[in-house]
Amino acid sequence: MPGIGVVESQRIHFSEPLHLRSGGILPSFDLAVETYGTLNAAKSNAILVCHALSGHHHIAGHYADQPNNIGWWDNIIGPGRPLDTDKFFIVGLNNPGGCHGSTGPSSLNPATGKPWGADFPMVAVVDWVNAQARLADVFGIDQWAAVMGGSLGGMQALRWSITYPERVRNALIIASAPKLSAQNIAFNDVARQAILTDPDFHGGHYYEHGTRPLRGLRLARMLGHITYLSNDQMGEKFGRELRNNAFSFDFDVEFEIESYLRYQGDKFAGYFDANTYLLMTKALDYFDPARLDDGDLVKTMARTHAETNFLVASFTTDWRFSPARSREIVAALLANGRKVSYAEIDLNYGHDSFLMEDAHYHGLVAAFLGNIKL
Amino acid sequence: MTHTLGRPDFDVIASWVKPGHRVLDLGCGDGSLLKRLIEVRDVQGWGVEIDDANILAAVKQGINVIQSNLENGLADFADDAFDHVVLSRTLQTVRHTETILREMLRVGKEAVVSFPNFAYWKNLRSVLDGRMPVSEDLPYQWYDSPNVRFFTLLDFEALCTQMGLIIRERQVLDEAGNPVVADEARDLNFLGSLAVYRLTRPR
Repeated sequence: MPGIGVVESQRIHFSEPLHLRSGGILPSFDLAVETYGTLNAAKSNAILVCHALSGHHHIAGHYADQPNNIGWWDNIIGPGRPLDTDKFFIVGLNNPGGCHGSTGPSSLNPATGKPWGADFPMVAVVDWVNAQARLADVFGIDQWAAVMGGSLGGMQALRWSITYPERVRNALIIASAPKLSAQNIAFNDVARQAILTDPDFHGGHYYEHGTRPLRGLRLARMLGHITYLSNDQMGEKFGRELRNNAFSFDFDVEFEIESYLRYQGDKFAGYFDANTYLLMTKALDYFDPARLDDGDLVKTMARTHAETNFLVASFTTDWRFSPARSREIVAALLANGRKVSYAEIDLNYGHDSFLMEDAHYHGLVAAFLGNIKL
Repeated sequence: MTHTLGRPDFDVIASWVKPGHRVLDLGCGDGSLLKRLIEVRDVQGWGVEIDDANILAAVKQGINVIQSNLENGLADFADDAFDHVVLSRTLQTVRHTETILREMLRVGKEAVVSFPNFAYWKNLRSVLDGRMPVSEDLPYQWYDSPNVRFFTLLDFEALCTQMGLIIRERQVLDEAGNPVVADEARDLNFLGSLAVYRLTRPR
């Protein structure tokens, strides 16, 4: 099936301040947004797709002048695809704090006229959800047909169902967790330390120095990338393959896996903003909606709407957010008698599985969304 | 007598649940029993299933389904969360028989269990003829059967007694799905192809 084709992005300005969980305030902000399909007259066919750590608003299709710049979840969106643009109106945005057109650390701080840099306030998942709610208001969408996301995006879908229960008819929480484990936080902190200790970081005000902490960001991405893949998949794809068939007894790239990680690190460091990476990982670390209820996730999930349908999905080889973490969400929903389905999908791509095209996985999403009555 | 989708135990189970009840169906397949219970009894239903194709089919039917292996128990479910926990034609495929029965009565007020009766006279005759039985209720060849436990009505009732479980109701069906009536349990054991039990915890 062909995809959505040429798409355009837009930037929407919000002049009212956004009060953040950290106590900080964004006096005003812009959101970079893309939409696919047509919002129906009843405004009942809208699906919000939330992005993960490094994602943004460009989810599907490509720009007219950039045919190779394909959206990050293109394989699931389009006519006849699970997020069927003939039926649904799909909304994607770049969250505040991002670096793809929404207000973030690289934007100008109106108070100083200089880039925010390290002064950009800490943003939490609930802040993104609040910003997304204001975006829904702009479109006149009182209630999403579905809110959906993988990984950190799944946390936003979960947050939506808790914070705005009456505005979510269906929630798809994929490869996610109700909060990070110590191991997850540990990986994030190593990534942050790589950035924070880069001499080009300049306390986060590197824009003014005409530099970027590329080495740190590159290392952070290399580390992250390892945690997104499964051991099996890495073994199958790279094994111990050498680029030149023999040891060179130096520290240059020898093994294919080194080549791959360095390539991914360089590519990422080339377009992503280090301050945004820091903010996104902190938002992950802080996410723990059960703190509302003294750590009792069952109590927290009682805040969800009894009529909201949940689809929780995990992947067998995902060790970053393992199936057991998804099951915590499922158990808390079940304890409240909520309408929930759970699938443990056998895919070999580790945490990244949620972005892969797979007949069973996509079939489940299509079947779940297919039950939505407009 | 017409039966739902060729599953006569469905009608028996439907007669035991009440509107609004919370029903958990273990080994729910494509969700057909739950769909029927929702339609005719207006229950709230959830299923547990291990097979990918069944998970997809259940989701397609709009049935809540949790992908899980029954052999691992029901740890995702809270105590007393359901009015009925159903195990339809599945007990014979579960290795940890006592565990699953105990778990069913932990998460549910009542357990409903149906299973093929190995002592059904046609099955016995088949064994006497030297071959493992293949019938409406035991539809597999021995070499590709998902069944790992072969037992009779009397075996099951002895286990319930041993575990202190209370049998509230028993419905025995023949191969055509019609109720078998007999006074003696021994006769039911001989005449019944499929048994459906309603169990509760000891008071």
